[in-house]
Amino acid sequence: MKSIDALIEELPFFTDLTSEQYRIISGCARNRRFDAGQYLFRESAPADEFLVIRHGTVALEIVAPGQPPIVIGTLHEGDVVGAAWLVPPYRWMYDARAMELTRAIGIDAQCLRDKCEADPKLGYEMMKLFLPVLVKGLHATQLQLLDVYRKPD
Amino acid sequence: MPRNCNCSMSTASPIEDSAVDGRVLPRFYRVEAAVWELADTVTLDLMPESGKTPGFRPGQFNMLYAFGIGEIAISLSGDAAENERYIHTVRNVGAVSSALSTLAPGALIGVRGPFGRGWPLDEAEGGDVVLVAGGLGLAPLRPAILHMLANRERFGRVTILFGTRNPAEMLFRRDLEDWRQRLDVDIAVTVDHADASWRGNVGVVPDLIARAAFDPEHTIAMVCGPEVMMRFTATGLAAAGVAEDRIYLSMERNMKCAVGLCGHCQFGPDFICKDGPVMRYDRIAPIFALREV
Repeated sequence: MKSIDALIEELPFFTDLTSEQYRIISGCARNRRFDAGQYLFRESAPADEFLVIRHGTVALEIVAPGQPPIVIGTLHEGDVVGAAWLVPPYRWMYDARAMELTRAIGIDAQCLRDKCEADPKLGYEMMKLFLPVLVKGLHATQLQLLDVYRKPD
Repeated sequence: MPRNCNCSMSTASPIEDSAVDGRVLPRFYRVEAAVWELADTVTLDLMPESGKTPGFRPGQFNMLYAFGIGEIAISLSGDAAENERYIHTVRNVGAVSSALSTLAPGALIGVRGPFGRGWPLDEAEGGDVVLVAGGLGLAPLRPAILHMLANRERFGRVTILFGTRNPAEMLFRRDLEDWRQRLDVDIAVTVDHADASWRGNVGVVPDLIARAAFDPEHTIAMVCGPEVMMRFTATGLAAAGVAEDRIYLSMERNMKCAVGLCGHCQFGPDFICKDGPVMRYDRIAPIFALREV
């Protein structure tokens, strides 16, 4: 069975980190497993952990009262699930549901935030890792909002 | 004729030549079949009233004339190897397309064409090909896909990335399912949004590029869809390492004459009708996102 350090080193998301930074992050990490249909987290719950998918697919859902859930995105192997842990009030803004058996590395958000506060270089590396994810997500959301395939008025 | 003119009666002008070959004067075509693909999108199977159907290259378009209403440019969506008929897929979005989409089998329409530059299929041979389609943009790419699948040995890895609005508005669903069955084509489909019963991808089509397997240095990319989607996609392909001169986009502008005379479809220094509709990205990139163009 692989150690948590080895599992983290296998994730492309963390490729650019130094071995010391791997060690720091692995101190906040744990192995997670979700069966198909199981929720990784629910909307408004504390965003106290973010996940990096090792295997599987995750649907991000938003529910309006009286309506079926709307899937706003799917995430796959190598993707990061969740950014709400980065900014107060640290609450999830959607549900995340495993569409199949999903294995992930979970990183304790409070633990990592504390380490980033104590080590600005690590914090800067984390920012460089997460900013592209956030910008990519923002661009994708913009394109979705434009609804480019709708019938023209 | 001027007295000192060197021309003779047998030397026709370009317009006269065009009139003869159906480029200025429409030819009559009869609707053989009309198949509804989606609630607002129909595929017309057209047969000539007389003579042969001129061949076409994947990516080209015809001007379809609904008598008494008007004429619009519609890409060919059928198999270029089937040279007896024209297949066009029309979305009902305006007066002419509405008239065309309600034609019953047996109805007559006027057809001019085919026009324009098609997809760079010869150039793509020997390397990988990535085809990225958004919504109705799958229709102009369909002849290219059919050509590649019929001549599969000439191409490297073939990847089809298709994005659409939601699962219910998936154009050519049967084709997509057939292509997915093949073991020699990679295909990924995504929708902008879905309910929880959808088991596939949700997200925008440019995001599929990063997960696709192709050799960017030896890849030709062919992209068709709404222009905003193509801008995001071209950026995504370039970020994946595909050179701008290996990315081709099918452009759309208001076409009238379709033979490069009227200027309605001018796009910078080019006319979409004769220099396009398929255009190389590096040629148009400087003006692609300019709202004034």
